[in-house]
Amino acid sequence: MKKFIKIYLEKPELAGLVFLIILTIVFQVQSDGIFLNSRNLQGILGILPEMGLVAIGVTLLMISGEFDLSVGSVFALTPMVMAVLLADGTPFVFAFGAGLLAAMAVGFVNGMLTVRFNIPSFITTLGMLFVARSITVVISGGFPPALPPGAMPKWLFTSFVGPGGMFRMSFLWFVLVAVLMTFLMSRTNFGNWVRATGGFLPAAKSMGIPTARVKVASFMICSVLAGFAGTIQVMRLGAPLPSIGEGMELQAVAAAVIGGTALTGGIGTILGGIIGAVLIRVIDNGLVLVQFDANWFKMALGGLTILAVIVNAWLRRKAKSIKVETDK
Amino acid sequence: MTEPIIQVKNLHKWYSGVHALKGVSLDILPNETLGLVGDNGAGKSTLIALLSGTEQPSEGEIIMEGRPVRFKGPRDAMNEGIETIYQYNSMVPTMSIARNMFIGREPLKFSFMGIGVMDGKKMATESVKAIADVDLHLRSPNALVGELSGGQRQGVAIARSMYFKSKVMILDEPTNHLGVKETEKVIGFVRSLKGLGITSVFISHNMHQVFACCDRIVAMDRGELVLDKRIEETSIEEVHKVL
Repeated sequence: MKKFIKIYLEKPELAGLVFLIILTIVFQVQSDGIFLNSRNLQGILGILPEMGLVAIGVTLLMISGEFDLSVGSVFALTPMVMAVLLADGTPFVFAFGAGLLAAMAVGFVNGMLTVRFNIPSFITTLGMLFVARSITVVISGGFPPALPPGAMPKWLFTSFVGPGGMFRMSFLWFVLVAVLMTFLMSRTNFGNWVRATGGFLPAAKSMGIPTARVKVASFMICSVLAGFAGTIQVMRLGAPLPSIGEGMELQAVAAAVIGGTALTGGIGTILGGIIGAVLIRVIDNGLVLVQFDANWFKMALGGLTILAVIVNAWLRRKAKSIKVETDK
Repeated sequence: MTEPIIQVKNLHKWYSGVHALKGVSLDILPNETLGLVGDNGAGKSTLIALLSGTEQPSEGEIIMEGRPVRFKGPRDAMNEGIETIYQYNSMVPTMSIARNMFIGREPLKFSFMGIGVMDGKKMATESVKAIADVDLHLRSPNALVGELSGGQRQGVAIARSMYFKSKVMILDEPTNHLGVKETEKVIGFVRSLKGLGITSVFISHNMHQVFACCDRIVAMDRGELVLDKRIEETSIEEVHKVL
């Protein structure tokens, strides 16, 4: 037990993983084995990348000590920019690129405002939540633009692949991004700077880390991932609705927190954010399978979030009280 | 006479109307341990901020080994060999010892535009060695700094400065918030710097600590130097009187 708690300090996603395993077992038993069958898994994995990509970005940003409430709006804005351009006859590559550039710009503005004027990112990105949503609705003209058939290469993003069509292409993109981001955070100097910036800003500054640039970069990564996720959803649904992604920002924060990311920054892992996102999808899906009233979904999510924070705080305290051993 | 390692000439610093440093000039000689004392607001921290590059002087110049230098940020000062250790803010508690050792100066296997892959093995082995050099023995370089005691943290910070071959080490109230034993240990670290040929500037509120490890004492009051004497030529009472 002591060992487990000690390991927890380096792997804050452990508690989330335990929650995930328990819930999987419960749902599997309660649904008479339907939960883990291939059809159901196909359903879960098919939409996981959308939530998952957003959660990865939000987790990274939270580790750097900041917040982004605008990811839900960027989730809608990015594909809308792309769709408007596609409807206008722009080739996919440029329309897709323009969408991601718009997302990047939103992240840049979020970051610059937060860093330059030294205001809490909670406020800047709350403002951006409204601004980006508004722009989305305005450029759509209130109606989703009609996309020319075949304008989007769905085979590249949303078609089913693998044995028995187990995965959508989006899942492969998601895995790729997850691996890249995990690598970025754990093995590169940039990851070290992000963690230091969020862990203890004065120390990071006094060691000469360009903390302002690190934060702005984190905001941009977060925004781009949210935009990419939104684009994938639009390709899956086939129509760019201006209202998609509403409420997603808070679910993403919940995912990060369930996965062991600390609100104060400096603590957390990309894998933790992913585990959190999977948990959210599992609860959503599992409740339906066990024929529970699906309106309890938010209740379950909320309860789990609070429970996760309490457990994480408790484990962290416990782990700290076990002193590191020295030879003398 | 030996050439000073750092010469401070007529340094001024204004903070939005407050004249925090009023024309301070000071020569710091190689391999000496300089004690800097003064009340809160005397200008010690401002002087340190200018020397460590976190702030820029409004007027005056800093000369390092005969060359005028201009620090745009802490990294510039570090590159010149000036390392600063603060009472608590030079380590990130949520990160491992190995990662803290190399914050901002990570050894990279390869890099592109300054971003690259860290050499984790090198970070681990080098930090174990560096820490052992200050006679601190920690079992794992992967332990989080947050788990260490205050004295151990200062030990790691000092090990880090020595690893990067600092010429001048500034210790800004490193013994604040430390217990008696831990303070002893840190004072021991400071004393050992002399033997390693490192010049140090030790800032403290505690006169006894300053007299226990310094060669020379400089007192500041309201942005000016008010006393500058060899330790054997002065006494705690005299220093107290000018403050």
